[in-house]
Amino acid sequence: MPDNTVVFRTRGLTKTYRQGDVEVHALRGVDLELYDEEMVVLLGASGSGKSTLLNILGGLDVASSGEVEYRGLTLSRASDRELTRYRRDFVGFVFQFYNLIPSLTARENVAAVTEIAQAPMAPEEALALVGLSERMDHFPAQLSGGEQQRVAIARAIAKRPQVLLCDEPTGALDSATGILVLEALEKANRETGTTTVIITHNAAIAAMADRVITLSDGMISGEYRNPERQDPASLSW
Amino acid sequence: MMTALHTKLYRELWQLRGQVLAIALVIAGGVAVCLMSVVNYSSLTLTRAQYYAENQFADVFATLKRAPRHVAQRIAEIPGVLRVSDRVVGAAKLQVEGFSDPISAQLVSIPQGRQPLLNQLYLRQGRLPDARHSSEVAVVGSFAEAHDLQPGDTIRAIINGRWQALRVVGIVESPEFIFVMPPGSLLPDYQRYGVLWMDRDALAAAMDMEGAFNSVLVQVDREHTVADVIDHLDRVLARYGGTGGLAREDQVSHRYLSDDLEQLRTMATVFPLIFMSVAMFLLNVVIGRLIATQRDVIAVLKAYGYGNWAIARHYLQLAMVIAVLGLVLGSMGGLWLGRGLGEMYMEYYRFPRLLFQVHPGWFILLTLITLSFAFLGSWRAIHQAASLPPAEAMRPEGPARFRITLIERLLSGLRLSQPSRMIVRQLSRRPGRTGLSVVGVALATAIILVGNFQFDSVSLMVHAQFARVQQQDVAVTLTDPVNSAAMFGLVRDPGIRYAEGRRSVPVELIHGHRRWRTVLSGMPEPAHLQFVIDENLEPVSIPEAGVLLTDYLAEGLDIRAGDTLTVQVLEGERRRVEVPVAGTTSELLGVGAYMRLEALNRVLGEGPLVNQILLNIDPAEQDPVYERLRLMPGVLAVNIRETMLDSFYDTLAKTFLTFTFFNSLLGAVIAFGVIYNTVRISLAEKGRELASMRVLGYTSREVGHILLGELVVILMLGIPVGWLLGQGMAAALVLSLQTELYRVPLTMTTQTLALSAAVVLVSAIASGAIAWRRLVRLDLVAVLKTRE
Repeated sequence: MPDNTVVFRTRGLTKTYRQGDVEVHALRGVDLELYDEEMVVLLGASGSGKSTLLNILGGLDVASSGEVEYRGLTLSRASDRELTRYRRDFVGFVFQFYNLIPSLTARENVAAVTEIAQAPMAPEEALALVGLSERMDHFPAQLSGGEQQRVAIARAIAKRPQVLLCDEPTGALDSATGILVLEALEKANRETGTTTVIITHNAAIAAMADRVITLSDGMISGEYRNPERQDPASLSW
Repeated sequence: MMTALHTKLYRELWQLRGQVLAIALVIAGGVAVCLMSVVNYSSLTLTRAQYYAENQFADVFATLKRAPRHVAQRIAEIPGVLRVSDRVVGAAKLQVEGFSDPISAQLVSIPQGRQPLLNQLYLRQGRLPDARHSSEVAVVGSFAEAHDLQPGDTIRAIINGRWQALRVVGIVESPEFIFVMPPGSLLPDYQRYGVLWMDRDALAAAMDMEGAFNSVLVQVDREHTVADVIDHLDRVLARYGGTGGLAREDQVSHRYLSDDLEQLRTMATVFPLIFMSVAMFLLNVVIGRLIATQRDVIAVLKAYGYGNWAIARHYLQLAMVIAVLGLVLGSMGGLWLGRGLGEMYMEYYRFPRLLFQVHPGWFILLTLITLSFAFLGSWRAIHQAASLPPAEAMRPEGPARFRITLIERLLSGLRLSQPSRMIVRQLSRRPGRTGLSVVGVALATAIILVGNFQFDSVSLMVHAQFARVQQQDVAVTLTDPVNSAAMFGLVRDPGIRYAEGRRSVPVELIHGHRRWRTVLSGMPEPAHLQFVIDENLEPVSIPEAGVLLTDYLAEGLDIRAGDTLTVQVLEGERRRVEVPVAGTTSELLGVGAYMRLEALNRVLGEGPLVNQILLNIDPAEQDPVYERLRLMPGVLAVNIRETMLDSFYDTLAKTFLTFTFFNSLLGAVIAFGVIYNTVRISLAEKGRELASMRVLGYTSREVGHILLGELVVILMLGIPVGWLLGQGMAAALVLSLQTELYRVPLTMTTQTLALSAAVVLVSAIASGAIAWRRLVRLDLVAVLKTRE
């Protein structure tokens, strides 16, 4: 069960960027706390600002104003070099489009991360965790979409990150494959105790979380705690 | 009309402007070199042909000891002879105010203040010498410019042992002296060698040649061959001491110019071919890449009803715009460089004027060639785009397929990091493209090498000649052979430390049906000042009996050591003797036949005669020695080693910088074109991958390693291959440059190799820096949002 240690804390977080000639207010003041070992689903429609929030938490983007703190480290004032260091040491990412490196096999894709990590698990172990022991030496081009996403999850958890940030991990997959991927995430969270944030527009996924935060128009519009986490296998959409 | 596709074309050309310009410059390089060479080849050929025609340049040249003038009539009766011009030629030593080195000059007669029948003069300034004033001379332009002589100036001359004051009345050029070379020299020396024209009677009187001639020019009609006329002529002149007729092809000035024209022809074809091939490869890669990223666009266009041809035409236009841009830049550059090169030629070649010829037909031809190359280069990619079924094009291309290749298995002993593994796989995934990139870098390296190695070779040649072969300070050539006892008189001169005599005789060497006119040299043994050398530049000793031949000459005569050579002496008693060939040796300059001095004199049936004396002199006594040599009767020419070397290095230094710069520029254009495009495409293909790695926590530096590591591998393979390729091209060039005058040795200094690598590396660093800037600015978020 998640304890009460705060991993992320944001205060008055805003993000404005220009898209062509239009000024987009992606975040309009987000106050948020995320706790150690919990599984959080960030639910929101397209354009609600959830990806922007995830990118800021992951050190890929910086806020226009407000504070972001990761275990006492102020991300909102970190340099590019410090953000790279932060991503390298603490964060695991899973993306909608997998972003695997086509010239490396599944095992080597995972190794690409473990080679630069402090105390990683073996790539084989990470791949076993997502059920891909049999296909470790296949190149991305030889894997299905669901398999590619599981490689991406293995890659993300192999370095034993402090947080796992997943941006629409099932967005490009059919529901049956999507459930396999969610099972892998659930298992990783349960077995490694990594704080896991999944962002999605799919409300059905919310049931597998400890806590669900909904975002609309760049602001938190709701938050609730599930009495009990559902097994992803029982979800359907 | 400006269609939507045209708009797309212009925008994309602008987006790709760096790559477009890089390719256009490669094309421009090829076009410019081609145009420059063709313009000069054509201009020089035309200029020479017109000059020869206007000034009645002779077809056959013969010198002899002395013949009465009525013999000219007999020559005119030889079948095939159109015109004959007999004349008197002689040698003189000159003295010009304010110049202390010895100057040698050739004197040529003109008839009674008129133009001769053949080899007429072009009057640059002043007038021709008047028959009523025996002291008037016309001076060749090169000599006049070197000493700033004007009509009205006076120079002093020793002709046939007598001092004479000569008044310059005209400054002239002659088709016989387009390239003014002192006889027996390697290089022009405008200050120390001149040609003077005098009235015939005046010169004949000075040379004791009244009523006689010692040089004759012949023009041959179309019905007869020059060789037949020379045969006849030689028979007529044999009893008058004829040393054998020379065809125009063997005339020194004509020969040098022909060799240069030949080089221009090579330049006009070989270099542009290299450039166009590289451009073809670049177009293939760049347009191929553009089409790969635009599959969805092509699908949409097709879905809306654009035909295959419309799609193909669209991308073909892109290739053609690049080609035309290259063509325009290259044509402008080529004309500009052509003018520059033309002016450079005009410094060496004494033409009255250069007829700069530009033919519109060349541009049409060049356009056709360039567009064809561009078409061939881009066609494969365009064809694929046009034949793509719309539904398939709509789907993304899918992750690139990779395999574990043989190379990687070979490398499996090494523990490669994942980034290094990516480099190896990326390179081996497209072996064709990697190979062509390597070839491109290699060609760039080779072009610079081929352009510059000639300086190494010429330096070696000159070093061999002046440091190994000719160790004397001064070489004195005598008008007639003298008894070697005369040398003892010379050594008594306090400024002269050592003297060594040689004998040289004009001969015709005959083996079977092969004949070769050359000089047979008698050398003292052991020699201390001038040697015959072998291919290692070591002196070889002259065998006691028999003759030693330059290997080029032995090949020409098809003769080997042990065979018997027939020697027809072309002076004196004109003996014909049989001599065994004792051996051959490699020399770089000229061809020669060598015997021991005593052996030669024995064969000639003469006493211990010498006609060339080599001297070692005391540097402190240098000037007085020169002065005494100048005044000494019977001395034809005095050559000072020091001044020959100085003037050589002067000439070399001047042209070296220009040519090195030019060659390096050409190489850099290719290197930049290849490397810049390779890096840009690599960046485009891997941008997403590299951004993903940045997200995973790799630093810019680590990600740069992947991108630029590929480049380093290409350079590490390309440069050594380029060195090998350059050596090969240089070897072929050296072989084609082998002539009787010289055999350019194949040698490359470390500096030349380093320079070629440095130019390529600088181009690579420039390309790498541009890629690095883009890499650092990769938008991590945007990359993750888009599908590949």
